[in-house]
Amino acid sequence: MFLDEVLGQGDERVLFDARHIRWIDPNGMVALLVAGTVAARSQGMIPRLELPESTDVNGYLARMAFFEAAAGVFEFDAPGRRGSGGPSDVLLEITPIAANADVHQVVDRVQTQAGAILSSKLGYPPTAVVQFSVILSEVCQNIIEHAEAPGWVAAQAYNWARRLGRFVVVISVMDVGRGFRGSLGDEHSARYADRWGDATALEAAFLHGLTRFPDSGRGQGIQQIRRQVRRWDGAITIRSGAARIGQVPEWDDTPPLVDGLAPLPGSQISIILPARVQP
Amino acid sequence: MTELPIDPIAIDVGAVLQETVTSLYSHLITRPTGRAVRMAIQTQLQDAGERSLSLIDLSEVVVIDFSCADEVVAKLLQQSRDDAAHDAFFVFRGVHEPHRDQIEVVLERQGLAAVAETDPGTFQLLGAHSDRERRVWGLLEERGTIATEEVEVVFQEEDDQEALRALVDRGLAFQNPISGRVHALSRLVRHLM
Repeated sequence: MFLDEVLGQGDERVLFDARHIRWIDPNGMVALLVAGTVAARSQGMIPRLELPESTDVNGYLARMAFFEAAAGVFEFDAPGRRGSGGPSDVLLEITPIAANADVHQVVDRVQTQAGAILSSKLGYPPTAVVQFSVILSEVCQNIIEHAEAPGWVAAQAYNWARRLGRFVVVISVMDVGRGFRGSLGDEHSARYADRWGDATALEAAFLHGLTRFPDSGRGQGIQQIRRQVRRWDGAITIRSGAARIGQVPEWDDTPPLVDGLAPLPGSQISIILPARVQP
Repeated sequence: MTELPIDPIAIDVGAVLQETVTSLYSHLITRPTGRAVRMAIQTQLQDAGERSLSLIDLSEVVVIDFSCADEVVAKLLQQSRDDAAHDAFFVFRGVHEPHRDQIEVVLERQGLAAVAETDPGTFQLLGAHSDRERRVWGLLEERGTIATEEVEVVFQEEDDQEALRALVDRGLAFQNPISGRVHALSRLVRHLM
């Protein structure tokens, strides 16, 4: 709906009014960058962003490096005094992904700062930081190899006290590329005939590991991310175009496949990793 | 060792990564990085003659993702299998727990197997292989080497002898073309570790 509204603004310069935001997570921040990019593309001018009035929210945005990422996307006034942002743990600041060097940068950062959080907040073993890095590497490469457009990634730990009663890590990856249907269409749409669409494209990639590359070694990234997320009892969803597909654990009631959503340019991968439950 | 018509070499992937791609990269991630590292390894093997045995050392690699595991391990093995003019054998060193899953997955996906040091001094057969191949490989690994005349004594079942031949054909054991003696690859690279 948010992006629909952005696209429906015609020639009028879009104002993103974030003044009353009281809380925002990585998905929200990255989605805001996508929305701003979409608005700029459709109108040929950079949209305006009114920053949150809450010093805590601004402090959190600053810690997540949102302002650096937003500098080329929005016009906004330099944020004033920044609050603490409340209790949160940044695993990975918002990082633009446009080339393989960016993926290396992501993994370097995670190696230095994620281990302690994964261990202390989620109770994962020390080696989990490697698997976590592998997940990030593969989702970021998905942007470069399939979207053919830039994107962003961010990760953060939260205490989902009310929703789940434990800490989670949220990884959010979004791009403004051509989406899964666009990426796979040339290679695979014919075999699906009139069933081809956003939902079938997501099923093809997510469930069957199809890729546009003929190389049999390709297409395993998402499959292996799903496997690792399942091992950690986590959730992963991918939204692209008008569809969303997911692998959801027992604690989540998200439907595994939804079609007919408001069209999302590019794709969004969201991963939630919960703290281990001690036996 | 000197009578063997093969001269094992060690290749430090961590060093290749820094020399080939950029000294800024310390992880074996992304497909272009993996491709560059594989090609650098293949360049080193070009002058190795008609057969080679390489100890591919991953000990200094902290993170290897599935894309790089596919490029550096699976494609290296697959392309060596496809090269009829050159017999290439590989042992992968430093395949510790954080790397193991990625390497096993890409090997199984391509129907390949590899000899790997999974803990210091401990070698395992990773990837796609039958139970019989694993058992026969394990026995060869224990003994280190089996002479031609010992094969029927050690492996009395024809299926086991067939599995030994399959291991040689798949590059998971080395058979001396002169003496016929079969060697566990791990024993041939031990002096390099």
